[in-house]
Amino acid sequence: MGISFDKALGIHERALNFRAQRAEVLANNLANADTPNYKARDLDFSSVLAAQADKTQNGTFGLERTNSMHIDAEGLSGSDDGTLQYRVPSQPSLDQNTVDAQIENANYAKNAVDFQASFTLLNNKFKGLVTAIKGE
Amino acid sequence: MSLSSVFNIAGTGMSAQTTRLNTVASNIANAETVSSSIDQTYRARHPVFATVLADQAGGTSGSSSLFEDQGEAGQGVQVSGIVEDQSNLEPRYEPNNPAANKDGYVYYPNVNVVEEMADMISASRSFQTNAEIMNTAKTMMQKVLTLGQ
Repeated sequence: MGISFDKALGIHERALNFRAQRAEVLANNLANADTPNYKARDLDFSSVLAAQADKTQNGTFGLERTNSMHIDAEGLSGSDDGTLQYRVPSQPSLDQNTVDAQIENANYAKNAVDFQASFTLLNNKFKGLVTAIKGE
Repeated sequence: MSLSSVFNIAGTGMSAQTTRLNTVASNIANAETVSSSIDQTYRARHPVFATVLADQAGGTSGSSSLFEDQGEAGQGVQVSGIVEDQSNLEPRYEPNNPAANKDGYVYYPNVNVVEEMADMISASRSFQTNAEIMNTAKTMMQKVLTLGQ
């Protein structure tokens, strides 16, 4: 009987991953704030959460391996790209760019705070595990 | 780790804005560079920005259509080229100018200094934003390094 990190850490590990990914997407939006025709993107937390919950509940579509040389594949539900969406622009712009620097900046800052929150929760889980191992 | 690619993305943004600032500096510096013929007169230069996508980060770029980037968010911004402004040059009658042609005209560059100043402020703000993004990403990464302590 070992410690199952997946069970012990719960959703916080994936939440932290999601925050890091979202930081990347938002940083890309801000880097392209002056690129003509660029469309702002964002990740939606609730749809990613729903996809993850679906994956945990139903499992992934694994491929059957009849030979040891076969590669283990995750199947259809493994991709997260479906949750990458376009932002609805608040006003039209001359160069068809939909990045609003203020909105992106606010989202980025909020995402950074959420990241800290997820990190604190994850850190507490680890501290709990360490206390359990030490038995002090 | 996707947090480290934030540094790359913000870096490409800062580099692109630096190029923009460079062209602004060049345009303003040459705003009064007169010449006797249309061909030799300085023309305002402007950078063209394009999104870097993951599959073209290897080197090939430019030819992809606008609708190909559905699945990925992109990996930053690049300067795909610098174009010269093709709008009309301004001829002025200055017969005393050493550069005047036989009719007494000199050609002034099509640099709009007010436009360039606005462009400079915009580039400077975008640069600041990218630097701030990098700073926040650094704080996030440093926090992760303290995990379990």
